[in-house]
Amino acid sequence: MIQVLSFYLFASIMLAAGAFTILARNPVHSVLWLIVAFFNAAGLMVLAGAEFIAMLLVIVYVGAVAVLFLFVVMMLDIDFAELRAGFIKNFPLGLAVALVLLAEVVLGMGAYQAGSLKLGTPDGTAAAVVGASNIKSIGALLYGKYLFLFEASGIILLVAMVGAIVLTHRQRGGVRGQNIADQVARRPEEAVINMQPEVGQGVKL
Amino acid sequence: MTEFFQSIGMTYDWAWFTATIAGILLIALPLMLAVAMIIYVDRKVWAAMALRRGPNVVGPWGLLQSFADGLKVFLQETIIPSAANKGLFLIAPIITFTVALLAWAVIPFNSGAILADINVGLLYILAISSLGVYGVVIAGWSSNSKYPFFSAMRASAQMISYEVSIGFILICVVLWAGSFNLRDIVEAQRSHVGPINGFVANPLLFPMWVMFLISGMAETARAPFDLTEAESELVAGYQTEYSSMSFALYWLGEYANVLLMCALNAVLFWGGYLPPLDWAPLYLVPGWLWLFGKIFFFFFIFSWVKATVPRYRYDQLMRLGWKVFLPVSLGFVVLVSGYLMLTRYGA
Repeated sequence: MIQVLSFYLFASIMLAAGAFTILARNPVHSVLWLIVAFFNAAGLMVLAGAEFIAMLLVIVYVGAVAVLFLFVVMMLDIDFAELRAGFIKNFPLGLAVALVLLAEVVLGMGAYQAGSLKLGTPDGTAAAVVGASNIKSIGALLYGKYLFLFEASGIILLVAMVGAIVLTHRQRGGVRGQNIADQVARRPEEAVINMQPEVGQGVKL
Repeated sequence: MTEFFQSIGMTYDWAWFTATIAGILLIALPLMLAVAMIIYVDRKVWAAMALRRGPNVVGPWGLLQSFADGLKVFLQETIIPSAANKGLFLIAPIITFTVALLAWAVIPFNSGAILADINVGLLYILAISSLGVYGVVIAGWSSNSKYPFFSAMRASAQMISYEVSIGFILICVVLWAGSFNLRDIVEAQRSHVGPINGFVANPLLFPMWVMFLISGMAETARAPFDLTEAESELVAGYQTEYSSMSFALYWLGEYANVLLMCALNAVLFWGGYLPPLDWAPLYLVPGWLWLFGKIFFFFFIFSWVKATVPRYRYDQLMRLGWKVFLPVSLGFVVLVSGYLMLTRYGA
């Protein structure tokens, strides 16, 4: 009973938040609606018994990705009239993307129902892992059965990260950096002088 | 508690429901009281360090000062700037305050006294504390004013930076305890090194605790890392446009977060509700008293630091997070897991 209630609560809020993400006129509001959607998705994960995934969803998406989104979007100076002007022009492209996504979902569902994807039992119940907590079973799978795939995806992420840093990093000339060792090594004797200047004479440094 | 409500004639569902509500109130209300009193303690400690008297007028020894301040703030007018984004401006302090209370659900106060004894307790705390930044960022943006906005920028960079190193530090603790459940982590510390209860006596985990303490100060934006509300540069940071109760919610939320960090220090490294030594007479003192004593001790360290250490420069803050804490904590993850591989799990 309470599960059904919470499922419909989370699901409906998530769908509404997803809709508002697209409909909101202010991009900052959009990002905040997206965060609400993430949060409710985490709630659905908890209901499905995948509490580890739920927590990761909140930590990674809400705690890191969305904060960076918000960080960037907050600093944008957006002209809303200009944004809406491109609507008609981009409408066919958007429609095409939406149709492709819809086709993918339908195909995926069909393949799942036909049992050609070995993702689990196609009757809607999650594959039961007996006698182990979420984290332990995920860990055993990732570091056992799928070790090489897991490591490969880690290396791909590392390469992507290095690539992003190499692409954006540039050495600018004429910038004075902070040398922490120098700053720590500095003593009062080298930095401060006590003077008793004559009135009206000033100090020569 | 569920059994108690069942014994007075409720069905299991209702007993569970009532017990949960009662548990939430049992944590939240004393926490509010503790926050009010800890603000008084904080001010008294600063005053003592600055050779002043501190609050001493309202009530005996000034004990009721925080309540007088609360009443004053309650009676003030809430001012909403005309250019502010009204809805978000009002939601932001509510987010900060709620998030500060949420994480207490998984703190074990005694071996059986824990509201939500979940498998992923530590991850839950990480998830909740990563939400804390939204209160600040939304406040800074919705105020539509320069200084709060700068503060929001600083807050989002600072909190993300230190969350990374905190994550690695927590991984070391989890590796050693073999569990994400906070009660299991506490139990794993029972007579950890000789008779001492606590990971802090472990030479591999002691440096982790020092870094956790410092990262905790940065994560809660306490001095010397209070760059989000640096009054010499940013007026009052993200709180500049706030007044009355909306301001007080930030105030309470900030101290509840500080108390949570102290509680985490105690639970993860100092044995939580266990006494410092595994010696039978010490177990006569109830566990929650040990936990409260440890929280109080860490709070004293927090306010000691606030009273004595000058504020960091922003580039130093970022350097400490990314160039010092991140590599060191990453190295310690390798060290700890290597040591455990050798000793506990075999080759």
